[in-house]
Amino acid sequence: MWTNFPLWPERASTMAGNVDALYIFLLLICGLMTVLVSTAVIVFAVKYRKRLGHRAHQIEGSLGLEITWSVIPLFAFFTFFAWGAVIYFQERTPPRDSMEVYTVAKQWMWKFEHPEGAREINALHVPTNRNVKVIMTSQDVIHSFFVPAFRIKQDVLPGRYTIAWFRATKPGTYHLFCAEYCGTQHSGMTGDVVVMEPAQYEAWLAGGSTGAPLPVTGQGLFNQLGCSTCHQIDGRGRGPSLAGVFGNKVSLEDGRSVTADENYVRESIISPGTKIVVGYKPIMPTFQGLISDDQLNALVAYVKSISQQQPGQPAGSEATAGTQTKSQQVH
Amino acid sequence: MASVTTIPEQENYLTNGYGIKSWLLTTDHKRIAMLYLASITFFFFIGGIFALLVRLELLTPEGDFLQADTYNKAFTMHGMIMVFFFLIPVVPAVLGNFLVPIMIGAKDLAFPRINLLSWYLYMIGGVLITHCMLTGGVDTGWTFYTPYSTAFTNTKIIEAGLAAFVAGFSSIFTGLNFIVTIHRMRAPGMTWGRLPLFIWSNYATSLVMILGTPVIAITIILVAAERLFHLGIFDPRLGGDPLLFQHLFWFYSHPAVYIMILPSMGVISELITAFSRKRIFGYRFVAFSSIGIAIIGFLVWAHHMFVSGMSLYAALIFSFLTYLVGIPSAIKVFNWTATMYKGSISYTTPMLYAMGFIGLFLIGGLTGLFLACLGVDVHVTDTYFVVAHFHYVMVGSVLMAYLGGMHFWWPKISGRMYPEGWGRLAALLVFVGFNLTFFPQFVLGYLGMPRRYWQYKAEFQVLNIFSTAGATILGVGYVLPLIYFMWSMRYGKPATDNPWSAAGLEWMTSSPPPTFNFDETPVVDFEAYDYEHIKEAEVPVAH
Repeated sequence: MWTNFPLWPERASTMAGNVDALYIFLLLICGLMTVLVSTAVIVFAVKYRKRLGHRAHQIEGSLGLEITWSVIPLFAFFTFFAWGAVIYFQERTPPRDSMEVYTVAKQWMWKFEHPEGAREINALHVPTNRNVKVIMTSQDVIHSFFVPAFRIKQDVLPGRYTIAWFRATKPGTYHLFCAEYCGTQHSGMTGDVVVMEPAQYEAWLAGGSTGAPLPVTGQGLFNQLGCSTCHQIDGRGRGPSLAGVFGNKVSLEDGRSVTADENYVRESIISPGTKIVVGYKPIMPTFQGLISDDQLNALVAYVKSISQQQPGQPAGSEATAGTQTKSQQVH
Repeated sequence: MASVTTIPEQENYLTNGYGIKSWLLTTDHKRIAMLYLASITFFFFIGGIFALLVRLELLTPEGDFLQADTYNKAFTMHGMIMVFFFLIPVVPAVLGNFLVPIMIGAKDLAFPRINLLSWYLYMIGGVLITHCMLTGGVDTGWTFYTPYSTAFTNTKIIEAGLAAFVAGFSSIFTGLNFIVTIHRMRAPGMTWGRLPLFIWSNYATSLVMILGTPVIAITIILVAAERLFHLGIFDPRLGGDPLLFQHLFWFYSHPAVYIMILPSMGVISELITAFSRKRIFGYRFVAFSSIGIAIIGFLVWAHHMFVSGMSLYAALIFSFLTYLVGIPSAIKVFNWTATMYKGSISYTTPMLYAMGFIGLFLIGGLTGLFLACLGVDVHVTDTYFVVAHFHYVMVGSVLMAYLGGMHFWWPKISGRMYPEGWGRLAALLVFVGFNLTFFPQFVLGYLGMPRRYWQYKAEFQVLNIFSTAGATILGVGYVLPLIYFMWSMRYGKPATDNPWSAAGLEWMTSSPPPTFNFDETPVVDFEAYDYEHIKEAEVPVAH
């Protein structure tokens, strides 16, 4: 117990250094404030202690001082705000070239699915020096994905996706915690994030019991559930073609336009009537309750993959094309 | 020394009527304050027992002392009881009830019967929460996050919600009573610019109470509607949005923090002036900073939600506004410190508490700057850093002010002096115990220990041991005043009308005050904290 007694968390992602720098800056400024004020209190208490023949000297106040001690903290606060906002902006904007891991949280476990199809529970293997985007949803209550060594945290909500990302820098095994109270075994909803050198990560991927790549599973579902009858790739079906949709603006019947992100695709499957693409009729049935979160993830991954193919490629090879791009990134 | 001394026979609010009925049907604000004092003290110790259970469990990393479910219920009941039945009412309902009318020279509050009703509502809420606690309890945390609370837990959500709902109305009635009283019942000459700062801060608190509390009442009703009738409001499976709950909950529960801290700040202004024998430095700034905190405090709620999945741009705005609310708090701290400058300071128990308050509030307030900072908040939110921060602000500061105020006004309330030596010892124990309990939790939080964990990783144990050790000292520090206050009611030295030679109308009436506070309505022709013109009697020294 006394031998393993850290006072500072490990630094294992590109974000960790940024957050630590700001935290230390805050510690210094606020530490200085604490010392100044408490010294003043103690010095005054001793120097002006009640003594015989000594009377208090009445002072009404001082506008100059009031302005000084309002404006100086205000500038310090603006600095804290701006610096914090810059880091937060980075934390919430995953780079485009990220490797994507789908995550389903439930009471009380974490399920991860790699793009190549590897699945794991309560453990997440990732390579160093690769941007990893974690696309998360919950099957039940709110959870929170927290890796202290990476200084990142993001709540995981039922019914929609939330996203975290990181770039690990140091091989090792780090704690993964659920940080949002989720019931009886909340404190047992922990896992390991295993950061490996890229070569070792490849070996791990190859050695694991790998299922089909996620977009391929998604393509199978896309045909099996009958999505492909309406959403034909060439756009001649009763529903809009989904090729090239992901990541782009979609114009809606009510005049708005939205960017097709993971949550848009998810919502269009679960609640198709909410956002109708301009020129189409609200005829799609809801799939709420008919497919699992894992299947939803696969479908989203598939829709995404058919937007990443090069234009002019023949329809039908989209899924494999998508995975090829992905596996090229891996090698 | 334990000889019984009698107070000269003079009718006061305590001797005006005996028997249970004279208390339970009283409309005297001072007696109602005493009813609150007894019941709030009871709930404080119940909440304290739950805190003790939590700290004992956390002595070791394994979940070995309590079952997981029991632990979850223990921290939930600790939070619920301490927030709704102790911290929110404690200063306004006990000290405020006793002092607001006297300090402005009124005979009673504007609506004495509503004042009594508010105590009964508090008690109904208290009975409900006690029944809930004894028949199973709740395990959601005091935050009741959906959809866990509406669809997943099988504990007594409805009853606990009802308890908070009813207790909320008690708070609304108190706020309403204070606002009307302060507007309409000030003695001749008691202008707004002459009001003691305790009145200003209770006025600001009352605004928050009547504007914020209805929102939590509505939220509780919506939770009940979803849980009982499956109306889709918060649960995404029913078409609801769980973040909507968080917005509604924090819209009240963040301002609720100001309900707790503002009256305490008012107490501190009274204590520091009295024991520095000085007028307050920057009266206007201290008074208006209370109003400023109350107003801006309504615009910062979503800083609890920076990792919730809320929009990035909303987070930027709420971070910015949170920094703005820091300014009036900083102004207060600087003005209190400046008030001590060139004063004539005596180290009585209330003054020790006031100086301790500045220390704890400094740490609590400054660590709030870390949490308002988006990039840092992502890492430390929902960890022990937050636990430490809000205990410093809500518990450390509020209790320092409450205990300081209780010692300061105890001679007025009871007509007896408390034992000064024991008082100073307890103040020291509370300060040391509090810091030992909660300071290590900042380190734990930055290390990454999440809050509400029944079992934890072994590397967090040493700091948790410090914390539990501190909690033991803190516990002794809280029990001591309970014992010697009760002792002093019988054996304490009789108090004079103004034992501290302090300014303020409450010191110009007898100790304890007569039923209608003043034999004749006072006329005010002096500023608040007019220490220049108050002749100083000998200030009691420790014996």
